[in-house]
Amino acid sequence: MFKYLKQLTSLVAMVAVLFTFTTESMAAKKSKTLKNTQKKGFVRCGVSQGLPGFSNADAAGNWTGIDVDVCRAVAAAVLGDANKVKFTPLSAKERFTALTSGEIDILSRNTTWTLSRDADIGLTFVGVNFYDGQGFMVRKSSGITSTSQFKDGISACTNIGTTTELNMRDFFNSKGIKYEPVAFEKADEVVAAYDAGRCDTYTTDKSGLAAQRTKMSNPDEHIVLPETVSKEPLGPVVRQGDSVWEDIVRWSLNTMIEAEEYGITSANADMMKTSDNPAIKRLVGAEGELGAAFGLDNDWSLRIIKQVGNYGESYKRNIADTGILPDRGPNELWTKGGILYVPPAR
Amino acid sequence: MNFKLKDIVPQLITVTAVVLVFGFFTYNAQINMENRGIDFGYGFLSQESSFDVQFSLIEYDGSHSYFRAYLVGLLNTILVSVIGIIIATILGVIVGVARLSPNYLINKFAAFYVEFFRNIPLLLQIFFWYFAALRALPLPQDAEAIFGVFFLTIKGLYVPAFIWQNFSVFFYSIVAAIIAIIVIRIYAKRVQENQGKQIPVFLISIGLIFILPLLSFLIGGVGISFEVPVLKQLATTSFIYEGGVSLPPELIALTLSLSLYTATFIAECVRAGIQGVGKGQKEAAASIGLTPNQVLKLVIMPQALRIIIPPTTNQYLNLTKNSSLAAAIAYPDLVLVFAGTALMQTGKAIEIVSITMFTYLTLSISISLLMNWYNKKIAIQEK
Repeated sequence: MFKYLKQLTSLVAMVAVLFTFTTESMAAKKSKTLKNTQKKGFVRCGVSQGLPGFSNADAAGNWTGIDVDVCRAVAAAVLGDANKVKFTPLSAKERFTALTSGEIDILSRNTTWTLSRDADIGLTFVGVNFYDGQGFMVRKSSGITSTSQFKDGISACTNIGTTTELNMRDFFNSKGIKYEPVAFEKADEVVAAYDAGRCDTYTTDKSGLAAQRTKMSNPDEHIVLPETVSKEPLGPVVRQGDSVWEDIVRWSLNTMIEAEEYGITSANADMMKTSDNPAIKRLVGAEGELGAAFGLDNDWSLRIIKQVGNYGESYKRNIADTGILPDRGPNELWTKGGILYVPPAR
Repeated sequence: MNFKLKDIVPQLITVTAVVLVFGFFTYNAQINMENRGIDFGYGFLSQESSFDVQFSLIEYDGSHSYFRAYLVGLLNTILVSVIGIIIATILGVIVGVARLSPNYLINKFAAFYVEFFRNIPLLLQIFFWYFAALRALPLPQDAEAIFGVFFLTIKGLYVPAFIWQNFSVFFYSIVAAIIAIIVIRIYAKRVQENQGKQIPVFLISIGLIFILPLLSFLIGGVGISFEVPVLKQLATTSFIYEGGVSLPPELIALTLSLSLYTATFIAECVRAGIQGVGKGQKEAAASIGLTPNQVLKLVIMPQALRIIIPPTTNQYLNLTKNSSLAAAIAYPDLVLVFAGTALMQTGKAIEIVSITMFTYLTLSISISLLMNWYNKKIAIQEK
């Protein structure tokens, strides 16, 4: 019997050596993600399971939202058509595994940029498309108007697998309040349980609270408390290790923000080609060779602006006009008192 | 041993194929993780978890380790499984016997229950008991006291806590009662075998289990008092109960749905077991003068159990595994706490999923072994 075992082990060893060589040669230096995307003809984008204003599907299955627009911008830049996106709805728990395992190529799902996520789990954050912070929602009838009125024994509904769970603990601990965390896997169940009266407060990012409030049986009965207990910069994420793809996604987002800064909109983008301002001409592809660095043509940014619009248009369409957060707050351009500031495209 | 080539070659090919496939995936995973800068390792288990859990049987908060969080989840899974198995067994036996009842109403009611609950997906039942039943429950401030001390509200069931004096004396009195019962049973069996005389063991046992603890109260200095939950106001319309013990609605809904669902299958096992015992057995037993109770206890049940135990073991395993649906309604079981929150906070998908799978495997195999042991014990003793 041992005779055969010995042969078996040597066979396994030989095959293992064989695999080493094949994978070695496969490790090409170019952007595999870009090549695959162009071959498939669509961008694979991970979004939420339904968060109005950020990523939400209507009855016909059309996705809208500012997170969705980031993926559409990349599709416009890489494939020439903003509609060539395949959306994969993901729970908070599934999202990173879906990205690192290669099921999707961009994760644009109101995801907070933190050190441990960026460094530990094989992800790279490319920018911020929404500056958010965690807040609390309560029933108006409770008479609570500030988190300072929270008392021992308060129960808080939230989602699992988010930074919210950690911030909540930090917040209640720092105030010395004993609390009961009730954590659900899906946002819809959190809303249902809070709405039923299971919890005294519902905590998540303020944008999320504003969006979920619209789903309550009577939205007017609830208020979001003024305090913000954490920094939540939300932005798109890509897999670590493909720097070209990372740059494409980063500069697709930056293009939208810079276009707003220079007043380029989906309506006037073509006319801007004759502008006197070289910065504007570069953005609409009338000057310079900016696309070449990514292996794209020179109209990549023009297509983004024409097909998706600038950041301001996207915000207005998805978040302001839907009544979720009409006031842009920190998500206003740096020139208008906000903190949106991107490196120049040159 | 005499190996022939044609015997060995197919086996060798199979083993090689399995090893290769397994090796290929392991190797690929390793390469992929290396390329993406993901470390593999179980070191994270000793790190601080920094998240809290709603309900825990052991002391735990975010300053404890991820391993501790794993234990919290595991114990919660075991808790809901054990309670579920006990309730499902009791309910299943009652319904199974009721299905054989000659009483039309009882018979049809049991049949209706079985068909209704086993034909609706479990996840839907869990949602029903949690969301539909939850909305029907009153807010804490509107709750009516049950027997003056229990409060069933949307935030949970509040029950009085026992506060014991000299609990150890009470505990030893129960141990003593159990030992006494075992001794009496052995004695009764010997008396019956030697003299043919029957001692009413059941009545004596019942008496013992009540009288000994009672004595501990009267002369052993054992005392008991209750801490009744008291309503406390958090804000204008927000209340909770303080003091006593609170059972979260998630636990109640999950236990309820798991036991109602599994009991239908156990009821069918019980019915099949009883019907599987030949009619002649019952008639023969009656003809030698045994009372109907004795027929059931001494002739039918010992034979029926041999048929009932193996499929019921499957149901116990199913219940344990189904308890992982808890994540849907925020009951902090192993899947929610460890394969949910801990996985997300650490990003250690392969490590955590493998630990979780191994844990469920161990749990299921333990239940299996226990039931197999019991099955062997009640099997026909070949002499």
